[in-house]
Amino acid sequence: MPATVEREKELIARIIAGETDLFHELIRPYERMVYLSILTMLRHEQEAEDAAQEVMINAFRHLKSFRGDAKFSTWLVTIAMNEARQRLRKAKAAQLESLDEAKEEREGDFTPAVLTDWREIPSEALEKKEMRQKLREAVELLPPIYREVLVLRDLEELNQEETASALGIPVTLVKVRLHRARMMLQKMLAPYLSTAAPAKKGFFGRMFQ
Amino acid sequence: MTLECKQVWQHVSEYLDRQLDPQLLNDIEKHLENCEVCSAILDSTRNILILTADNRTFELPVGYSERLHARLEKAIREAPEPKNDSA
Repeated sequence: MPATVEREKELIARIIAGETDLFHELIRPYERMVYLSILTMLRHEQEAEDAAQEVMINAFRHLKSFRGDAKFSTWLVTIAMNEARQRLRKAKAAQLESLDEAKEEREGDFTPAVLTDWREIPSEALEKKEMRQKLREAVELLPPIYREVLVLRDLEELNQEETASALGIPVTLVKVRLHRARMMLQKMLAPYLSTAAPAKKGFFGRMFQ
Repeated sequence: MTLECKQVWQHVSEYLDRQLDPQLLNDIEKHLENCEVCSAILDSTRNILILTADNRTFELPVGYSERLHARLEKAIREAPEPKNDSA
């Protein structure tokens, strides 16, 4: 559990005043969040771990610039997403990203996968290891601009405003992208969730073939 | 107002996040009472979100925390003073 806001403020003040060892305690609740948000963006465990370490070191070095108007977790995840985006760009993914944005401008419609028998979505299916593996793969297939929103909202469970702030985009765009990301996942995963009707070859169908 | 399935699909996300205004929510609830297709889409999407937030879906590598704190320790020793600039 993250420390209370008051405890965090106290820790930050004491670290800046020189009790630097307390930084370990400050970031402990967010280790998982930082690593996973980067991992899902970079899709490479070793690089994600290295990036997560860099993020924490940067956070330490720049702690004085944290003003406390945002939550510490939001500030930290902003640094994490920037690090992930920078590394993605270096990996030539910037080209891909701009293509996605162009698609987003054009495309307003989507079709979810229609399940023929919804009673077949048992909670036991969700308990299966394979299902979790499929979900990880599906998340990795999302274009980066959708993936980053989904990861912050549905994996890290940040709220809309925090997500918008961490990604530097308007809340309205968070909502639009989140909706599309979720529908893309539904479409990709529906076949594993139950006996589903074959997906129509619409926009998202084309995208993931 | 009677909604078509396609109109319901446009609001799946807001429905799951409970962000719909009461009138639209009411219209969608009415539609869901008689539409198994849309109910299934909502249920499957909800299940995917539950699974996404499940701690077992995305896991940390073994030893991640230890390596992180070891590297941090080194960085803190090297530059013990947090800088006064923007991140």
